[in-house]
Amino acid sequence: MDADTAPLEVSVWRGDAEGGSFQQFEVPALENQTILDVVSWIQQYADATLTYRFACRVGMCGSCAMMVNGQPRWTCRTHVKKVLRDRHVEIAPLRNLPVIKDLAADMDPFFDKWIAAGGAHRPSASRDDPIPGIDPADGARVEASAGIECINCSICYAACDTVAGNPDYLGPAALQRAWTLLKDAKHEGRSAILDAVSGTGGCHNCHSMGSCTVFCPNDLDPMSAIAGLKRETTRSFFGRRK
Amino acid sequence: MLDLRLYMLQRLSALIMVPLTLGHIAVMIYAVQGGLTAEEILGRTQGSLFWFLFYGSFVLAVSLHAAIGLRVIVYETFGLRGTTLVGLTWSIGLLLLGLGTQALVAVTWPGGV
Amino acid sequence: MRPARAHPLWLAFVLHRVSGLALALFLPLHFWVLSWALTQPQKLNQFLSFAEQPIVKIAEFGLIFLLAVHVFGGLRLMAMEWLPWSAPQKTLAAGAIGVAVLISGTFFLQVV
Repeated sequence: MDADTAPLEVSVWRGDAEGGSFQQFEVPALENQTILDVVSWIQQYADATLTYRFACRVGMCGSCAMMVNGQPRWTCRTHVKKVLRDRHVEIAPLRNLPVIKDLAADMDPFFDKWIAAGGAHRPSASRDDPIPGIDPADGARVEASAGIECINCSICYAACDTVAGNPDYLGPAALQRAWTLLKDAKHEGRSAILDAVSGTGGCHNCHSMGSCTVFCPNDLDPMSAIAGLKRETTRSFFGRRK
Repeated sequence: MLDLRLYMLQRLSALIMVPLTLGHIAVMIYAVQGGLTAEEILGRTQGSLFWFLFYGSFVLAVSLHAAIGLRVIVYETFGLRGTTLVGLTWSIGLLLLGLGTQALVAVTWPGGV
Repeated sequence: MRPARAHPLWLAFVLHRVSGLALALFLPLHFWVLSWALTQPQKLNQFLSFAEQPIVKIAEFGLIFLLAVHVFGGLRLMAMEWLPWSAPQKTLAAGAIGVAVLISGTFFLQVV
């Protein structure tokens, strides 16, 4: 076999919430191949008991994120060639989340915090009211639009060392969601959001290390969104006391 | 861990210390020329209301700032929580405030105590 | 299992944390030595002449670098949080280190 057709050496984390270890697999190398393809090949041809999660396969749904060689990545849009180290690649469940089984992380804490940060939309008008016009070029709308392409893949959450050290911290995705709602003219309850992000796990715990922004597969900038929340909460802090 | 109140205290103490720190560094660069002696330090600072207020606010701000900063590090690194964490924050702050006040009095109080 | 973190703003965070920690640990010592000025000026002078050694001067240079880098790194953070200055963060972080080198270098030139 020449170098191009030699199989990939893949270490896959196997286990559950109690613990586990890496298992080695040999996977045929292909010219075009994503990490998700590799995981699927193992599940279909080597070990049908391998558990993992995916849905759309095209970077829309945010369900297939895993740690690839120690870095959080969307596996459906990660080419093997980009991450291969000497024919070897290591695949593990997302960091900073409990493991359900094998490569499937428990996303509950991630979405619970998304809600805790005030992430559920509360409309400012009912269906009986006229639809308010939104100018896409309006300053607040531009800031909201910068963050709404989040697919909730939890890659930023897995990349964040503040989340790793502080289990109460809401994390980049939830806080960016809060920021987009704060800047959304159709969302009611500005002070509810500011209160939700000002608690012990709130935006003020962020150290601006920026791993969220570096790793975001959609090129969003949660670090700046969190800085925006700090700015608005500071403003309301002085507003309240004057 | 860090709520809005602690965050504001941390940032405001930092803001106060920006001019104080730069002033302190400037004094150091000026004062170290030709070496330092106890007499030289006291000659500059003893009985001076300006240096008392300068270093007095510095000691106050730094005790606050360091206590909150160390609280974050201890929490994130060792996972200390609850009353232990609160107690540690206050102990660090009061220790620094105590030692700082002692040093402040030593170098700025007119003619010694 | 940790993500690769060697990107500029993560390193700026580490520098801010390490410098802050080092300064906080240095502070009690600094206060303690200064408090000798009144009660034991002889002891303080002994300490100050001990501090004339080159190795101590290099340590002082390090301390002033840490102090300056913590101040300017902190100013960068506050500018990012409170002013809408999100774009050139890497440049500003590098600038904070540059200014700190300049200031501590000036100090070093004064003591040697």
